[in-house]
Amino acid sequence: MESKQQVINKLRQDILSWEGYKAPTAGRRAQLGLGPLESAFPQGVFPQHSVHELVCASTEQVAASGGLVTGILSKLMQADGVCVWIGREKHLFAPALATFGVLPHQIIFINLPKDRDALWVMEEALKCPGLTAVVAELREMDFKQSRRFQLAVEHSRVTGFVLRNASAKLSSTACAARWQVKSLPSTEMNGLPGLGFMRWQVDLLKVRNGQAGSWSLEWQDGQFVPVEENRQQEERQVS
Amino acid sequence: MQKRFMAIWFRHLLTDGLTRRRQELKDLPFVLASPVKNRIIIVAASAAAEKEGAFTGMAVADARAAVSELMVIDALPDQAAVLLRLIGLGCIRYTPSVALDLPDGLLLDISGCAHLWGGEREYLKEIVLKLRAAGFDARAAIADTPGTAWAVARFALRRPIIASGGQAAAIATLPPAALRPKPEILENLHKLGFNQISPLLAIKSQILRRRFGQSLLLRIDQALGHTEEYLQFLVPPVPFTERLPSLEPIRTVPGIEIAIEKLLEMLCSRLQAEGLGIRKAILKCHRIDGRKVQVGITTTKGSHSVSHLLRLFKLQIDKIEPALGIELFVLEARRTEEMETVQEQLWSESKGLGDTSLAELLDRIAGKVGDAAIQRFLPAEHHWPELSVKLAGSLTEQPKTAWPELPRPIRLLSTPEKIEVMALVPDHPPKLFVHKRKRHTIAKADGPERIGREWWQDSGEHRDYYVVEDTEGQRYWVFRSGHYDGSDATWYLHGYFA
Repeated sequence: MESKQQVINKLRQDILSWEGYKAPTAGRRAQLGLGPLESAFPQGVFPQHSVHELVCASTEQVAASGGLVTGILSKLMQADGVCVWIGREKHLFAPALATFGVLPHQIIFINLPKDRDALWVMEEALKCPGLTAVVAELREMDFKQSRRFQLAVEHSRVTGFVLRNASAKLSSTACAARWQVKSLPSTEMNGLPGLGFMRWQVDLLKVRNGQAGSWSLEWQDGQFVPVEENRQQEERQVS
Repeated sequence: MQKRFMAIWFRHLLTDGLTRRRQELKDLPFVLASPVKNRIIIVAASAAAEKEGAFTGMAVADARAAVSELMVIDALPDQAAVLLRLIGLGCIRYTPSVALDLPDGLLLDISGCAHLWGGEREYLKEIVLKLRAAGFDARAAIADTPGTAWAVARFALRRPIIASGGQAAAIATLPPAALRPKPEILENLHKLGFNQISPLLAIKSQILRRRFGQSLLLRIDQALGHTEEYLQFLVPPVPFTERLPSLEPIRTVPGIEIAIEKLLEMLCSRLQAEGLGIRKAILKCHRIDGRKVQVGITTTKGSHSVSHLLRLFKLQIDKIEPALGIELFVLEARRTEEMETVQEQLWSESKGLGDTSLAELLDRIAGKVGDAAIQRFLPAEHHWPELSVKLAGSLTEQPKTAWPELPRPIRLLSTPEKIEVMALVPDHPPKLFVHKRKRHTIAKADGPERIGREWWQDSGEHRDYYVVEDTEGQRYWVFRSGHYDGSDATWYLHGYFA
């Protein structure tokens, strides 16, 4: 006789699979090493084969979101994965990606001023199984379009990221998660003057089947490190 | 395979060409003339003028005496070549190999083409009728050799189609001029009383050579087919070309798609057999109004996959204007490259840049939005930020040097934007800056990092870069242009850090 908890767990699993969520297959690395970000998702696994949207209210937030995406990309792309980055203008500066552990020559940049072209290219790219991830900067994306993206990635198993403008009324989309990234002031390292590690306030506003959450993260030596933990470490060192 | 040639002769090429442009000249006796050695000589005479006794080569004064209302028009130089070229290009719908035969004819290599029109008789009829409808008085003949076809088109009154191997019989009764000899040799032949070719054929070749030289022997051999005659074709043949004539003119998108698919299937099976892939292909559509429309595709990697190439062409179909209909599709592989045979992998974790599906994706994107939008960067050995990356030449080109590990902003403005700055002490990072009327109070800063210009190719001030962080935690890349000398230190915002 199964206990009540086991029954509930089993039912949860069933509901997840009915909702289209597939458990990671054996043989693949389940954990990407994204630190606390992964815990928010069902079963603690970052959904690779889905589309994530990042809402950006200002140019600074676009840059910060780009940083988070690049950090995640470094885990996804590994040695020789390829990523397509669809931008509005030629603003992304390739050498900066190297600081996040991504090889910039493994990224193909496509500059499209018109959203119509960008949506078409994004969908085509998401259908391509030869890619690891696709990042697109869009002004607006409606539900229908996001549903098309989601259907495309379910076949090709590519990860999609959409950086979109934050408007007053955000329409709902079919994306697996909605993020918002803001910069936070860095702290001095061991009392030295100057800037510390890059620090962000990462908000997971919506997530399918998971828990929304909010973290303060730092990018340290190729890892996302939660700030609280960091502080405790420092305190331990001091005491 | 037995080669077959067609010769077309335009009896009044220049005058017909002029009549096409000036309809009022039709049926009028007129001649085209140009001055030769102080005399004005007729270059071409219209049919009506010839009927009344004005012929090519006469002086205009003599012709005026014979024909009272003769119109004389100045001849343009090289007009015959221009006209023949135009007609020849029009004839490409019947065969890909068309050669000019100056001054008044065309030679077509029609081997393997005539059956598409239901035999040589129908083929010849179709071409001659088309040319006559266009206003040219044309005669044509078909034979095994260009020489015989040339002779029969000009000198035989009937039976324009010479069966294979019947050259000697066909030219036997024709005058010696049908052999295309040089003018002085032709004069000699006439003086000696040769009115037909048959007695010439009976004479031993050594004697002919002694009397008339090697050139006449060559002409006889070319006419009979003992020696090959090489033609210089108007459009050099493309090695990988496929043609698809359609029974009915095609005007719809599905029709064009089916045509392209059929052509690709034919071309790709040939390419696959030779281990080649298409890099650049052109589809030419010949319309029934005589115009030609063409679209092209390029690929980043050689491909002989029908489905992929068809998808690339489908993106271009809306650029094809069928007008009244397309009667012939020609697909040419302009550039091909050797394909690397890749071992198919069932489970490949790493995909990499050499992946075929990636190359195909980029081809489609390039077909839709253009080549220029797609970029891939490699490190360049320059410190100046704008020069520190270069575009990769190919999809698989690898960097020769490592990417520099320096603090660089993730978003770089293509032109630095001027900011107003307050700095406490000279040569210190700013305390405050105003960008787009927004004040940013700076809490922390790193720097300066001085980047000098490459003086050997670029003169101007160096830049002192600072990484600054404002009170909200937003990080910027700002620089001061040149040294601080109290008066006009200009500051710029150049990028945003993550």
